[in-house]
Amino acid sequence: MVTFTLNGQERTFDGDPDTPLLWVIRDFEKLTGTKYGCGVAQCGACTVHLDGMTRRSCITPISTVDGSEVITIEGIEGPEAKAVQAAWVAIDVPQCGYCQSGQIMSAVALLQVTPKPSDADIDGAMAGNLCRCATYHRIRQAIHNAADAMEG
Amino acid sequence: MKKFAIASGVAAIGVAASLLAATFSLAQDNPAEQSAPLKPAAEFQSITDAKQRSWALFEEAGKVIQHPRCVNCHPATERPLQTMAMHPHQPPVVRGEGGMGMPGMTCNTCHGAANVDVVGQAETLKSIPGNAAWHLAPIEMAWQGKTLGEICRQIKDPERNGGKTLAEITEHMAHDSLVGWGWQPGAGREPVPGSQAVFGELIAAWVESGAACQ
Ligand code: FES
Ligand code: FES
Repeated sequence: MVTFTLNGQERTFDGDPDTPLLWVIRDFEKLTGTKYGCGVAQCGACTVHLDGMTRRSCITPISTVDGSEVITIEGIEGPEAKAVQAAWVAIDVPQCGYCQSGQIMSAVALLQVTPKPSDADIDGAMAGNLCRCATYHRIRQAIHNAADAMEG
Repeated sequence: MKKFAIASGVAAIGVAASLLAATFSLAQDNPAEQSAPLKPAAEFQSITDAKQRSWALFEEAGKVIQHPRCVNCHPATERPLQTMAMHPHQPPVVRGEGGMGMPGMTCNTCHGAANVDVVGQAETLKSIPGNAAWHLAPIEMAWQGKTLGEICRQIKDPERNGGKTLAEITEHMAHDSLVGWGWQPGAGREPVPGSQAVFGELIAAWVESGAACQ
């Protein structure tokens, strides 16, 4: 039996310990904001925060999550999340949207550590999040805008 | 070097390129999953000249040190390498502080405390590697593109070996768990030759015989 918190609520999982966290989030918890893109840590669509750091949930066996805190796109909060959300909406970052919850989880994690990121910092944090609609330029702009907004 | 899709001026081409690169990187090693043999230190006793014996021992240990599994995380640039073909890591990650990657995508975004078998994937992709100490060697410990003689001198140089004595180097090679990952690299990856015990004995015997380098 695996016990963890999901967006602040205590949850348990009693199935196969090798089940990827992504499947638990989507199929058992029915939180479908986190997406499946590749299943092998190559696209970033499944990004969540595990104990405050980005984690690709598709390659995270649920057994390794015991005692941890998981935050998904549905539960992300705080000043960075608010600033990112506003910046995303303001310039309509998403195209189809499929990659976007992963992009946002990475962007928020970046801003939590680096409040005023350079282009190189953004590359460093975001290079693992692919976007088949190529919204990369708007993502970069929105991260800069969010950083500026937080600065006040 | 650090230019990738997100920084590309021609975004669509950038995406296509990164997807291609990602696809290319998905294939793991050809499944020669058996370790190549490594001669034990005792087999070098017959070499009477201490200096010659010492170098011969290091040369044998070099089969491990220069194996892609080890060199891939001792790269000459900011970017780790992958597979027996030693191509640049996909997704494009860089060393970052302490060799742990960049904020927002540190190594532990993908690399956990242990190797993870992937589920429902092609035969050519079996596992994601992991170790509790997963990180990149610092740039002064880069081995990529160096001769074994150069690596030998580098390993002995406290300026470039993390300030270690030869006794500490021996201990590190014989028992460090991330070094040991080379023999347990996960399904679909060729392990380094021999075993960590045999490798550790080779390094110990090299040090005892004067730690000669060529
Ligand atoms: S689905 Fe996890 S990285 Fe692509
Ligand atoms: S918005 Fe369509 S994949 Fe990124």
